[in-house]
Amino acid sequence: MTVTAPVARKRSALTKGQLPAFAPYVVLAVALVLGAAILALIGFNAFGWGLVSAILFAIGLVGWSALVEGGRKASDKLATCLVVGSFLVALLPLISVIWTVLVNGIPGLVTPGFLTTSMNGVTGSLDNKSVDEGTKVLGGIYHALLGTVQITLLATVISVPVGLLTAIYLVEYGNDRALARAITFFVDVMTGIPSIVAGLFAAAFFFALVGPGTKTGAVAAVALSVLMIPVVVRSSEEMLKIVPNELREAAYALGVRKWRTIIKVVIPTAISGIASGVTLAIARVIGETAPILVTAGFATTINNNVFGGWMASLPTFIYTQILNPTSPSNPDPSSQRAWGAALVLIILVMLLNLVARLVARLFAPKAGR
Amino acid sequence: MSKRIDVKDLNVYYGSFLAVEGVNINIEAKSVTAFIGPSGCGKSTFLRTLNRMHEVIPGARVEGEVLLDGDNLYGPGVDPVAVRTQVGMVFQRPNPFPTMSIRDNVLAGVKLNNKRISKGAADTLVEKSLRGANLWNEVKDRLDKPGSGLSGGQQQRLCIARAIAVEPQVILMDEPCSALDPISTLAVEDLINELKDEYTVVIVTHNMQQAARVSDRTAFFNIAGTGKPGKLIEFADTTTIFNNPSQKATEDYVSGRFG
Repeated sequence: MTVTAPVARKRSALTKGQLPAFAPYVVLAVALVLGAAILALIGFNAFGWGLVSAILFAIGLVGWSALVEGGRKASDKLATCLVVGSFLVALLPLISVIWTVLVNGIPGLVTPGFLTTSMNGVTGSLDNKSVDEGTKVLGGIYHALLGTVQITLLATVISVPVGLLTAIYLVEYGNDRALARAITFFVDVMTGIPSIVAGLFAAAFFFALVGPGTKTGAVAAVALSVLMIPVVVRSSEEMLKIVPNELREAAYALGVRKWRTIIKVVIPTAISGIASGVTLAIARVIGETAPILVTAGFATTINNNVFGGWMASLPTFIYTQILNPTSPSNPDPSSQRAWGAALVLIILVMLLNLVARLVARLFAPKAGR
Repeated sequence: MSKRIDVKDLNVYYGSFLAVEGVNINIEAKSVTAFIGPSGCGKSTFLRTLNRMHEVIPGARVEGEVLLDGDNLYGPGVDPVAVRTQVGMVFQRPNPFPTMSIRDNVLAGVKLNNKRISKGAADTLVEKSLRGANLWNEVKDRLDKPGSGLSGGQQQRLCIARAIAVEPQVILMDEPCSALDPISTLAVEDLINELKDEYTVVIVTHNMQQAARVSDRTAFFNIAGTGKPGKLIEFADTTTIFNNPSQKATEDYVSGRFG
């Protein structure tokens, strides 16, 4: 019997026919240069450069791969190019929005008094003066911030009990009865209601209830609740559904009543998901403009009473500042304030999303040892 | 504190489907009774009728009588919640409450019902129940840790501790060891042997050796075919069922000829 010596080989046969690791970078560099050259012929712009380079990169990499590695790897590379490309396309608007708002909003935000003063007494002549003499832009968003917080808070106070109790009925008591199916259907319909319709509904409702022309923060809160309730129902329902039935049965087997089981076992188990769902629902309605415009009007002064008088909010503040600048001849100070308010609104929504994640983590059942 | 169970002509339905038919059985107090039989023959379904857990499933219902020391569980005006405080249950998969600590899991039956209990009494109850479930020495230093952090066997014994903390008359166990390794199974079986000094224990098991090891009496359930109702074939002392059964089907099953 002969002992065969191990075959000495420089490159493994198993890694034969592969592109080198630096291949994508080479193709990218070539694509960028070629793209710039092509764009130079027809007039250079950054967007076109990116687009042409991306197409060249995909063609180059997939073509090279097809030559060296064969069809399977080439289609894999094509799919990767498409996935990454779509991801970038989806990301572009987001980054672009954040960038634009940051660039335009920061001057407004850093103006002293922007967060602590209202628009009370800020007139066109003051804006003209600040433009002519280069002094700081007066006026701020305190009243609008206050209004947004109050209206959203009241909307949450209305929506969460209604939405959560509806979800509890659907999951725990509905048993696929006709009523449960009807509720599910109408909740789905409510999800698609245009926000202006919700605003008109709340306005008409208070028109009939209180009197014509009733515009307060509370009316706006009712309008926002109409938009919020279906979101809360849907997210809470999903969260309650994923609570394992075994936990309910475990509680029943200990002689615990159904409603106590729901309150003490089912809801605590699902609370992290419910809380983050509610926070996301708030984030969803905090930027609504149309329903607030027709229900709370717009104010330039601080209104601490959500149940009386017109009330400003951040979205309507932005809307009115852009559409009807305080000084029609010099709209720049108004647009600076509007962008500042937009930045604050985006920061609020981002904070709410962070809070949702934090809440989900804080309340999540722990599995430590 | 243990009561006997007598079942008379019990039919168990899921909607219009008859799942278990015509069961008559007398379960002695302070004994271990095992239910054996092939899958789908209705042992678990029947077990769940003994503490009215069956009706938790939509459409499920029962005809006949289940007497707990002479009181019919299905009599008019009987509160299923009151029944379940007397007849506890341990499930196939360990299911401690994930939001609660080990201590709170044991106290769940008390706390979830908002009964007031002093801290001293609660401590005593926790220790007594965990000792009763042979778990005290393993968890006494981490009572405030979540129950879901325990091993599968420990979780199942925690569930047994939770069940005996409400001081039931009867404990039902639905395949309590099917998700456990042999060592944890041994721990639970030892526990069952101790439990019968104080409680009436009814256990469903797929494991015939287990039935032979732990039970005093054994009931064999069988099913004629798919879609047919399950039936109680034979009920006798465990030694009789395994050594000298009167029915051919029982002999075939325990000797491993089918099932």
